[in-house]
Amino acid sequence: MKERGKVPICEMRHIRVAFGGVHAVDDVSIDVRAGEVMGLVGGNGAGKSTLIRTLSGAHRADSGEILVDGKPVSITNPRDAKALNIECIYQTLALADNVDAPANVFLGRELTTAFGTLDDGAMEDATRKVMGRLNPNFTRFTTPVKSLSGGQRQAVAIARAVHFNARIMIMDEPTAALGPAETAQVRDLIRQLKNEGLGIFLISHDIHDVFDLSDRIAVMYHGKLVDTVEREKVTPDEVLAMIILGKKSEEASREELAELKI
Amino acid sequence: MTNVAGTAPSSGKTEQPLGPRVGRALAAVRDGLAATEIDLRLFGMLVALAAILIGFHIQSGGDFIQPANMLTLAVQASGVAIMATGMVLIIVSRNIDLSVGSIVGFTAMSYALLQTDWLPALGLGVDSPFMWIVALALGLGLGAFIGGVQGFIIAFIGVPSFIVTLGGLLSLRGSVWLLSSGAAVSGLQSGFRQIGGAPGVGGTVGGEVTWAIAGLACLAIIGLIIYNRRQRVRFGFPLRPRWAEFLLGAVGVVAVVAVAAFINANFLPRGMATEYAIEHGITEPPGGLKVSAGLPWPIILVLGVTIVVTFLATRRRFGRYVYAYGGNPDAAELAGINTRWLIMRTYILMGLLCAIAAAIGAARLNGSTLEVGQSDELYVIAAAVVGGTSFAGGIGTIPGAVLGAFVMQSLAYGLSYNGVNSPTQNVVAGIVLIVAVGFDTYNRRRSGK
Repeated sequence: MKERGKVPICEMRHIRVAFGGVHAVDDVSIDVRAGEVMGLVGGNGAGKSTLIRTLSGAHRADSGEILVDGKPVSITNPRDAKALNIECIYQTLALADNVDAPANVFLGRELTTAFGTLDDGAMEDATRKVMGRLNPNFTRFTTPVKSLSGGQRQAVAIARAVHFNARIMIMDEPTAALGPAETAQVRDLIRQLKNEGLGIFLISHDIHDVFDLSDRIAVMYHGKLVDTVEREKVTPDEVLAMIILGKKSEEASREELAELKI
Repeated sequence: MTNVAGTAPSSGKTEQPLGPRVGRALAAVRDGLAATEIDLRLFGMLVALAAILIGFHIQSGGDFIQPANMLTLAVQASGVAIMATGMVLIIVSRNIDLSVGSIVGFTAMSYALLQTDWLPALGLGVDSPFMWIVALALGLGLGAFIGGVQGFIIAFIGVPSFIVTLGGLLSLRGSVWLLSSGAAVSGLQSGFRQIGGAPGVGGTVGGEVTWAIAGLACLAIIGLIIYNRRQRVRFGFPLRPRWAEFLLGAVGVVAVVAVAAFINANFLPRGMATEYAIEHGITEPPGGLKVSAGLPWPIILVLGVTIVVTFLATRRRFGRYVYAYGGNPDAAELAGINTRWLIMRTYILMGLLCAIAAAIGAARLNGSTLEVGQSDELYVIAAAVVGGTSFAGGIGTIPGAVLGAFVMQSLAYGLSYNGVNSPTQNVVAGIVLIVAVGFDTYNRRRSGK
């Protein structure tokens, strides 16, 4: 945490996304520094995933700009994001169920031989190496990922992001489908990646996850950014109040807080 | 790509009533097959095909399985087999192509008119020896273009493939009539007619070339086994046991040699053999000279297309993306794959394969009629599905679909050989289609795949 950079490695400024007449994301600005975990919290439909999908290239923002290393960049599709070393682990994992782990890890970025054919051997080898780091018990490299457990599938999705030397990592509910042991594993991994100097956006419903791992926390409410706070300067209850009321903690009235019984 | 063989541990239960001995023997066979990493599904289809052929052989009193019959059967299946390879990729990527029969009809009529009317009108004379090559190239381009237009509408405009290709089915079939004003066209160039595989017009390659192809196939089998082993050694992956490698190689080589010998036991017709004898200065023996006709061109085309499309499907990014898209379209999109261009390419390939099938059809007819290719879409889809392609997307193999085409054609040919009328053949074909897919669905559910 002490080595946190001063300059944001990635900034999103005044992002707007509308579906029909509804503003899913309305003028939101957030950033992340190298070696920092930026928690992004909010209720269902707060616009967290939509915001982050504009960064991963899955969605186009209607307006706003994205800066990487202080320079404006254009991200119109997932390839652009990957070229900028932005990797995303989606809540749905985005795995092709019918192909094996190496094929999923390298999907869209396959290793090929000199003849332009797929180098399945090299891809399996690389997948074995990265999996050895993430989940040493993983042995099923040639079965379709459909037949893997939830934790193993999660490991495949994470391996995809880790293998390609992400600088900016987006994790959308990375522990939602996991058991306690696997959740602990993912938490360790997030700390490890942070120490390696990645900038991480962590989206979670779980306020405790966010408090354990984040350096700063951004709260969204109905498409708008409520506030961005240093984790050390707030309590979980204050953040919870922001999530529910959609107001900065100092703006919330005593009555409103009392009603939440916190 | 995936090893189906390793995933049937639960089936031991169902075999208990047969007695522990049989169960153990079956388990040993299964483990043996698993060690060779043979695709059990494909293996099962080969067994089914053999059973069908042998069944008809017995029923016909022992004259069904002979070279001339088998080659005729294979040539009749060739068009559907070629198109089924493309249909697999279309269905795997969660689309459908109902227009293939009409594309065949349209390009077949174009081949015919190019050679009889259009190219001669452009000054490329009927006596030009290369005119048919120009016609062939234009027809192949036309097929790819038609596929590309449909693919563009499906992928980039977003009209469902069922609708687009249903429209293609209707309008292209109508266009055949418009092209020829309702008339049948005949009189193709002799070079073009060779594509149809009739020995009378030089459509077979002869015994020597057939043996040469068989030799290459044997080398390829051995080469692939060695390459595969080297790759595994390179990365320290588990190896197949040596006996399994040798068994696979030996079975492959023996099968290729046996098939080549069988094919070469089909001889040129008497008149052509006499011509051959005169040309080569051989005095004809009293029983007539026996000259092997060799492989017909349509079968060579089926082999070539199967190899090329299998290569595209399993060894190239294109195929990997088609399967990944079929498994999860969103994942493919989020992985940065240009999915629209991907889908459009599957239709371009399909159109090209239709044009190849049309060339065989037109060459066999020595022309084209309004009906060429009619209902082919149904046989092609049936072949792909019998071959294990799933409409849920993401599942299907090219060799499976080719085998599926041969299974369906064997049934039709065998039934008509044994004097069963054509409506009854359709009844059987329909039932077999449903039973085959039902069996497959049951198996997949049981093994949890």
